[in-house]
Amino acid sequence: MSGELHTLGVAELGRALAAKSTSSVEVTQALLARAQADTHGAFLVVDADAALAAARAADATRAAGAAGAGHALLGVPIAHKDIFVTQDSPTTAGSKMLEGYRSPFDATVVARLKAAGAVSLGKLNCDEFAMGSANENSAWGPVRNPWDARRVPGGSSGGSAAAVAAQLVPAATGTDTGGSIRQPASFTGVTGIKPTYGVCSRFGMIAFASSLDQAGPLARSAEDCALLLSAMSGFDERDATSVQQPPQDFHAQMLRARDGATAAQPLKGLRIGLPKEFFPAALAADVSGRVRAALAEMEKLGATLVNVSLPRTELSIPVYYIIAPAEASSNLSRYDGVRYGHRAAQYGDLMDMYKKSRSEAFGPEVKRRIMIGTYVLSHGYYDAYYLQAQKLRRMIADDFQACFQQCDIIAGPVAPTVAWKLGEQGDDPVKAYLADIFTLPGSLAGLPGMSVPAGLGDGGMPVGLQLLGNYFAEGTLLHAAHALQQATDFHLQRPQA
Amino acid sequence: MPLSPEDVSRIAHLARLELSPAEGSAMQTQLNDFFKIVEQMSAVDTSGLEPLHTPLSAIGNVELRLRPDLVTESNNRAANMANAPAAESGLFLVPKVIE
Repeated sequence: MSGELHTLGVAELGRALAAKSTSSVEVTQALLARAQADTHGAFLVVDADAALAAARAADATRAAGAAGAGHALLGVPIAHKDIFVTQDSPTTAGSKMLEGYRSPFDATVVARLKAAGAVSLGKLNCDEFAMGSANENSAWGPVRNPWDARRVPGGSSGGSAAAVAAQLVPAATGTDTGGSIRQPASFTGVTGIKPTYGVCSRFGMIAFASSLDQAGPLARSAEDCALLLSAMSGFDERDATSVQQPPQDFHAQMLRARDGATAAQPLKGLRIGLPKEFFPAALAADVSGRVRAALAEMEKLGATLVNVSLPRTELSIPVYYIIAPAEASSNLSRYDGVRYGHRAAQYGDLMDMYKKSRSEAFGPEVKRRIMIGTYVLSHGYYDAYYLQAQKLRRMIADDFQACFQQCDIIAGPVAPTVAWKLGEQGDDPVKAYLADIFTLPGSLAGLPGMSVPAGLGDGGMPVGLQLLGNYFAEGTLLHAAHALQQATDFHLQRPQA
Repeated sequence: MPLSPEDVSRIAHLARLELSPAEGSAMQTQLNDFFKIVEQMSAVDTSGLEPLHTPLSAIGNVELRLRPDLVTESNNRAANMANAPAAESGLFLVPKVIE
């Protein structure tokens, strides 16, 4: 058994633990060994002592039949993107600015998963302050794609995606502001979901763009994502934007049959909208091929494909890259070297301390976005840039509402290509921004979105199918993804060891 | 309108960043390249539209949730100051501000 524990997903591990065919300590030991030996750069911190202590506690809870003994996540190893503060481990947000920082509290998402009995193995590498699409912007080195170590895993949750794809953990937490769960999930052949804005608490999630940031799970199936998301979700009074809904059972929602569905046609009556702007001429043929193949599978399961339009898809790029940096410039102004974080060793007056501390510790992409944000919020430019972007954001959200009159979910690619090679973007940040085109619209509207593996494209690299739902339609997305995953095996494909 | 080196310096100062001449020059190029893609945004007529500050206000009224003005936290000063670069007697130390 122990030789294959790393191949089990969350649901499978839960069943094995309940059947006592393995223990949390046994699984945790097996995965810790893999995490410590990993060469992809996925982990920043592996905390074996804390993990084994949590695993022992989980086994004891199960043996005693104590409160929580029945929880699906009890004793299941996971890991957290280093954007979530944790008391047990340092938190850096992928930045030198927070080197050595120890949070006095756990993020709400971390605390909820801990309360459910999940065992955290440590912290996962990410782009600095969640800014990036390749995990090449981490101060601690890049993450490599387990499918091809010369390629990026995507970002900013690159460590989370790589850890799940390389079978170091069955699931990981990530965050998605402009696509940072969906795109790395697509690039590494794992399943990820960004819920509706407000479903997961942002308390303890180091802020990048407050009107966009959302936490979500990455795992190897929709079912596993549903189990994690259930534990992560729900109202938190300490997050002013937290939606006033209790934690939901997304697993039950995932299993709920559609009206009129049959065993052979579980997606009967599901209208899947394909925006023409998500299938431009520039879309790589291998990506388009895999996405259409996955959609064809969904048609076999009873879904209907409908042509729709999201006319402002391309505009979502400048809209996002005005709004997100603007919010980031405000959020990152707290890093001033006064109360925590890096302080320069040499400085003159207070202004000099601020400037040197910040300039020494922020990476180039972070500085770029702070500069963009500062400029578009500054006197004389606020109306033309920031306010204009926020108005366009409303148009984009309204465009989605118009689409959802004609379809139940929206589908398309996650990214225009498969994962590129490390260093290939060169010094051209705008090129990276343009590749976010398909994930940004859903982010701006605050809609739930998934990436579901759809097979392999050029170079044997994974391609993800993006599914977008209306507000609070996570259950519909998970149900559709689960149906696809029951009928196909794209999500079971693994990189060669 | 493209940014000049003076614009870049002014923005850096507002952002409390210090850029070397090489960094400033690279930043100027990158920012100007970026703002080229922003031009298409300016051309769109958005008159009469309310900005969307928070996503769910697309489908309804979102009120900022307030809480009762009561003390809910306990004194965690030591824990909360544990990461301070320079501290003494419960105070964060910074260079002198007032002459």
